Amino acid sequence: MSQILEFAQSRILEPTGLGQPDLDKLFSKLSGRDVDYADVYFQYARQEAWALEEGKVKSGSHSIEQGVGIRAVSGEKTGFAYSDELGLPALVQAAGAARAIAAQGQDKSVNLSPRVGREYPMLYSTTDPLSTLGDEDKVRLLERVEQEARQRDPRVAEVMASLVSVHDVVLVAGHDGRLVADIRPLVRLNVSVIVTEGDRREQGSAGGGGRYGLDYFTGDLVREYAHEAVRQALVNLDAKDAPAGSMTVVLGPGWPGVLLHEAIGHGLEGDFNRKGTSAFSGRIGEKVATEQCTVVDDGTLPNRRGSLSVDDEGTQTQQTVLIENGILKGYMQDTHNARLMGVESTGNGRRESYAHLPMPRMTNTYMLAGSHDPGEILGSVDKGIYAVNFSGGQVDITSGKFVFSASEAYMVERGQVTHPVRGAMLIGNGPDVLTRVSMVGNDLELDTGVGTCGKEGQQVPVGVGQPTMRIDGLTVGGVDV
Amino acid sequence: MSEIVATGEHAVGDSDREADERLAVLAEQVLETASRLGASSAETAVSRSQGFSATVRLGEVETIEHNRDKSLVVTVYFGQKTGSASTSDFDAAAIEDTVRAACTIAKFTAEDDCAGLADADRLATEIIDLDLEHPWDISVEQAIEMAKECEDTARGYDARISNSEGATVNTHRGSEVYANTNGFVGVASGTRHSASCAVVGELQGNMQRDYWYTSARDYHDLESMASVGRTAAQRTVGRLGARKVKTTQCPVLYEAPVAASLLSHFIGAVRGGALYRKASFLLDHIGKPVFAEDITVSEYPHLPKAVGSASFDGEGVATRTRDIVKAGVLKSYVLDSYSARKLGMDTTGNAGGVRNLCIKPGDLQFEELIRTMGTGLLVTELIGAGVNNVTGDYSRGVAGYWVEGGEIRHPVEEVTIAGNLKDLFRHIVEVGADVDTRGNYRSGSILIDRVTVAGE
Repeated sequence: MSQILEFAQSRILEPTGLGQPDLDKLFSKLSGRDVDYADVYFQYARQEAWALEEGKVKSGSHSIEQGVGIRAVSGEKTGFAYSDELGLPALVQAAGAARAIAAQGQDKSVNLSPRVGREYPMLYSTTDPLSTLGDEDKVRLLERVEQEARQRDPRVAEVMASLVSVHDVVLVAGHDGRLVADIRPLVRLNVSVIVTEGDRREQGSAGGGGRYGLDYFTGDLVREYAHEAVRQALVNLDAKDAPAGSMTVVLGPGWPGVLLHEAIGHGLEGDFNRKGTSAFSGRIGEKVATEQCTVVDDGTLPNRRGSLSVDDEGTQTQQTVLIENGILKGYMQDTHNARLMGVESTGNGRRESYAHLPMPRMTNTYMLAGSHDPGEILGSVDKGIYAVNFSGGQVDITSGKFVFSASEAYMVERGQVTHPVRGAMLIGNGPDVLTRVSMVGNDLELDTGVGTCGKEGQQVPVGVGQPTMRIDGLTVGGVDV
Repeated sequence: MSEIVATGEHAVGDSDREADERLAVLAEQVLETASRLGASSAETAVSRSQGFSATVRLGEVETIEHNRDKSLVVTVYFGQKTGSASTSDFDAAAIEDTVRAACTIAKFTAEDDCAGLADADRLATEIIDLDLEHPWDISVEQAIEMAKECEDTARGYDARISNSEGATVNTHRGSEVYANTNGFVGVASGTRHSASCAVVGELQGNMQRDYWYTSARDYHDLESMASVGRTAAQRTVGRLGARKVKTTQCPVLYEAPVAASLLSHFIGAVRGGALYRKASFLLDHIGKPVFAEDITVSEYPHLPKAVGSASFDGEGVATRTRDIVKAGVLKSYVLDSYSARKLGMDTTGNAGGVRNLCIKPGDLQFEELIRTMGTGLLVTELIGAGVNNVTGDYSRGVAGYWVEGGEIRHPVEEVTIAGNLKDLFRHIVEVGADVDTRGNYRSGSILIDRVTVAGE
């Protein structure tokens, strides 16, 4: 890990000539009797993207983003400034602007903790993913997606695919002496197809990735994604109108865990609970789910898209139990909200980039496996919906109302899956949806690495997962009354 | 807070003009570098923006954020092969590296007949003064005071307002230079200021949140802080006691701020990228009815002071005022040069999207629309992105009010509305006179005569 720190320092600080004394100078500028906490977040990120359509890789792009975000916290107040220039004068100016938040406090010398590099277990490789495959091979990989999709079925009319790799180097220096670096690879392959039959057109999409090099996308995996996208699109060719109204809903394993992210996860983020604006505020210790439900947020899973060795405040990530056997256990915290609530950070302080303030965010959020066989769960349904794929969701944290949008779903009648239905929104109430979970499957799966979560305009990669689950009564937003 | 000095711009002074000129110099430098590295043509957009926002919560300052961003994007063409790159570092070495990165990518992309700059004869030849630049000489302390007034008004509005997410005042100036090797160089700059407020109300242990905002190029055009706070509070209190309704089919009235979303779904289906990929539910619909027969949808890119206004589009093509839908019939797609070539058509000056898209308002005010609806669902909030652009299938979560006998009866939540957008567009029976002019899509409230509402 000290190698990581050295690398980050050489990548970010050395080119600008910034050294330890400069950081000290910056922190003395940021300190004062009213400042409870201050940190400086350096970032150097490279991203490369290639896109295929109409059988050709027609476009590619490369971007470099580097800069520093400086924050000073005083009580509940936060001052924040950032700069994409890393020279000392720009940093001192930004520090002055951030520092101004602490009212009237005169600068005074404070004893800064000695700056010590901290070490953490690494959850992913430090290799720059952009360099893990030659440019020509990146193009070939996308062309292979096209071939696999078209070979799968003659009804495939359009194939679109994209390959994105990111190499993100961050260095966090805290007022408390912390100096932590992380090197984060992230790759993603996405496939989207349109199939036609007569005058009907439908789409399907699939993909995945994680904190890997591009060698993660083996020939087998590329084929799997391409075939999955085609399969989904073909299923939708036969889809009939979805029903409208409240009914039993069985969710498939894996990505449908987006339910947990929306219905439970956001409402358990520390900021909303510190402010008392979440539908879950003040409910720790209460029963919010049936006993079969245990939900965790875990940033420590190696190579997962939502994982981080350390969060964006330099705190080691952990597994945080959110709901245990139906009882609400805990919130997800960053340092700011943790301090104000008198608890410890859970390593959930995340930010989109140096130009954004950190806040409590999820990592990988999932429900642990239960005891039921998935077949048994479906077999138990007299009439309802079986939803296995979703395009996303959203939640109103204060009222607790959440939606998530099914992209592949089926009718279930007398325990049998009958026919596919068109995409429909499912809507429910976060604090009570899990009290209607009557069966939890033994088939826990995590998603393939496709999730991006947006909060207050900031996008961060996340993961979700769950076993098959039966919910007794959720409103399905179809058209068929 | 006397030591706070606003780093936002105070007036469009020499420093801004000079900075804009520097952007133009950088753009030239980028194009020269591209030519030197062998590109047959190139284009670049170089931008900077600066501003700050002050957020107050429960009467105390919560966050002061100073923003200062810059970015440079370059696209190079080697014949019909293309590559792009961007950077936030404007050092000469970084620019050279960035152009090189774009050139490297172009070596590996495939020949594409339609790739290239916009045709030279379509480039804008005059830059119209659209009155977009109105710097706000406001200090952080003043912004804090305004945010306090806004939030105080909201919190004092009703005893049921129990909590707050705060009020924010924001000011911002941005400028961008677009240049290409066909000799085009254009500067677009403008200011934008806004204030918003979100408060929480409580009734019998159940909380509701709603918000309101004002936004304008010129701060004189902002709604008063008291008005923003009051509207936020009214909207929040109105939602208290919300409940589901029975699953039914009924008329739905989209309040103006959410009605604009229907226009954005429409544009999503007639933009070139969706059409040439055949990922649209409105393929081959030029000349065919797509809306109810009295509907007109037009683009007004030259409206003074409007948020979407611009003289030229993202590739230097002159923008122009035109009808996209007239008497319900689709007259034109929304194309940039690339998608136009793919479709064998001409660009419509829409690289980067539409600018100030308006659906022609009717005569009825909001209250009259509620009376006209009689019985149905008034929608004031939409959540979830339940729109399938390929099929037009539409299903979204909503909050709003149940209307009966032409009057609002009770707030509604945890229900969905669903249908197919083709049908919804054809079944618009009224567009209100109550146009929301804050955004790039401008609409009055829209009444649709029959939509499926799923609830209990």
